[in-house]
Amino acid sequence: MISRRDFLQASMATAALYGASGFGNWSRLAAQQVLTQDKLLEFDTFGNVSLVHITDIHAQLKPVYFREPEFNIGVGAAKGQAPHLTGAEFRRRYGIEDGSAAAYALTHDDFAALAQSYGRMGGLDRVATVLKAIRADRPDALFLDGGDTWHGSYTCYHTAGQDVVNVMNALKPDAMTFHWEFTLGAERIEDIVAGLPFAALGANIYDAEWNEPSEIFAPYKMFERGGVQVAVIGQALPYTAIANPSWMFPGYSFGIREERMQEVVDEVRAKGAELVVLLSHNGFDVDKQMAARVQGIDVILAGHTHDAVPEPVVVGDTIVIASGSNGKFVSRVDLDVRDGRMMGFRHKLIPIFADVIAPDADVAALIDTQRAPYLDQLTEVIGHTDADTTLYRRGNFAGTWDDLICQALLEEREADISMSPGVRWGPSVLPGQAITREDIFGVTSMTYGQAYRTEMTGEFLKVVLEDVGDNLFNPDPYYQQGGDMVRIGGMGFSFDVSKRQGARVSDMTLLKTGEAIDPARSYVVAGWASVNPGTEGPMIWDLVEDHIRRLGTVSVQPSGSVKVLGA
Amino acid sequence: MNLSRRNILAIGGAAVTVSLIPVDFAMATPEAAAEALNAFTGGAAVTDGGIDLVAPEIAENGNTVPISVSAPGAVAILVLSEGNPSPGVATFTFGEGAAGTAATRIRLAGTQNVLAVAKMADGSFVRAARAVKVTIGGCGG
Repeated sequence: MISRRDFLQASMATAALYGASGFGNWSRLAAQQVLTQDKLLEFDTFGNVSLVHITDIHAQLKPVYFREPEFNIGVGAAKGQAPHLTGAEFRRRYGIEDGSAAAYALTHDDFAALAQSYGRMGGLDRVATVLKAIRADRPDALFLDGGDTWHGSYTCYHTAGQDVVNVMNALKPDAMTFHWEFTLGAERIEDIVAGLPFAALGANIYDAEWNEPSEIFAPYKMFERGGVQVAVIGQALPYTAIANPSWMFPGYSFGIREERMQEVVDEVRAKGAELVVLLSHNGFDVDKQMAARVQGIDVILAGHTHDAVPEPVVVGDTIVIASGSNGKFVSRVDLDVRDGRMMGFRHKLIPIFADVIAPDADVAALIDTQRAPYLDQLTEVIGHTDADTTLYRRGNFAGTWDDLICQALLEEREADISMSPGVRWGPSVLPGQAITREDIFGVTSMTYGQAYRTEMTGEFLKVVLEDVGDNLFNPDPYYQQGGDMVRIGGMGFSFDVSKRQGARVSDMTLLKTGEAIDPARSYVVAGWASVNPGTEGPMIWDLVEDHIRRLGTVSVQPSGSVKVLGA
Repeated sequence: MNLSRRNILAIGGAAVTVSLIPVDFAMATPEAAAEALNAFTGGAAVTDGGIDLVAPEIAENGNTVPISVSAPGAVAILVLSEGNPSPGVATFTFGEGAAGTAATRIRLAGTQNVLAVAKMADGSFVRAARAVKVTIGGCGG
């Protein structure tokens, strides 16, 4: 494939594009008060093929505030490597100045203050503008959606994904892969896919009964771009049927299926593919491992773990690109493909600063059309955040949104202990801001949002924490499901990320009494997003709405009830 | 993790070089599996490679885990689970000219290693192992 020398040349080209810091051109521009659309989109068109990647939009049609994580711990070989860098460490690695636009977009410090300066990010009408500019440079650029698109908002929930489908179709993607889309239910996703004007891909989407490739989702699609045969292979989240309720899509099976991926790569190469692109929802560490073990993939467009990484990570002859989440970023990757191989690349993670990039008028109108029937519901103010409170979700063990949700579960369902799933989606709310119903749906919307109330023994609670913990911190990426640790209300514990399953969790303490959790005793536990069929209870968004309405003004400080060791 | 290098050597026979696959979870003691293996091999040496075992890293449903085995030239393949109450899963016997591949579904009581051992036409034995995790599922995001 590519020689080391080719890559060095490509890296130098990249460095030249971004300046000596390797990245952060737009951060300096912002410091000089010249953050403009032209500068954000500036790109010296390179080679003969362009890829445009967006992923994990989670139905955020409009610009949002989205605070990146303070804690994103890597284990094993991933420790201290991208994307497991946060805060000052992240800024140092990529040459980003404190307080700059890049610091705001990519790291967590001073988020609320910087948000006042730099505003919201994302919005598919702004993404449309970026696409239009790239297509003006390169009319046949491939636009690829990494999935988690038809999930995550009030309107998406109430239209079963149709609002996002309508808007994304207007952006004309060339291909897409999947994860949360399956929680719409098999019938609904099949219905949408049947009418989709682009390729619905997943080499690892299988028929569960026969354990054979699905006949509804193709493994790959071949494109001719710039005179180059390009194969785009899809890979859905391998753990969709485990992390989400498989009873909603019982005919489907997923899995890493590394052998299958190698077969598909070999098949497209045999068909004449000169460039092999994997449109992946594996999660970043899984993608790095797959890049190292499957031969013949040139580019992996990574999703699922919501990482925004300013530079491609090079694994052997493969570049791995991560484009963030919630519409905050679009990646453009230009490639020089000659003599049947990738000779070099140029890459830019384009930040969608909503106040800088002009919305595309047609797409803006289309978005408003989707929202119009629901506007009163969306915009109803339920409460406010206090001046000391930013509501955010991201973080390996906790976020203030989840602290609030866990507290709502404890109080509204009169429980000893509460549990909230460690998902990574959900926009932030700034201090002193109105909390609308749309904001609450942004962190709770799903097709299985029932808030259950049950009893669990102390022993079982530990089994749950150890099980979820291993899905996140198993040192072999192929055993990682993505997401974060389940959030716990009413109980504190210590968690050692360096240990093995069964030995990570200790010091479980019932917070209301300060007593150690008794393995033999039963505790009343309230939670939501159970993957089991027949789960009963009020919808979590109604419960959280009641709670916020009662509070009026919400003040949440990080609880600090999880002690993290071994990081 | 209870599956030590010593245990693996006990399974494979004293003369075997085994590359231990990294698994991070507790397993039942594989003595019963070793016994079943011994009955299949008659105590002969077993080497790694020459057989492919495909199984999911994490089972979507522990009650029905799809696996496939392939060892071109095999006359029989034994599949064992180390963590089930009874280790024997299946024995595939191939007639002359058969491809030496088979697929089935197995039930796993919990996270464990699955072993596949093939008896080749020349009487030698080869093995492969995969760690399959059984999880309670939940909240990926």
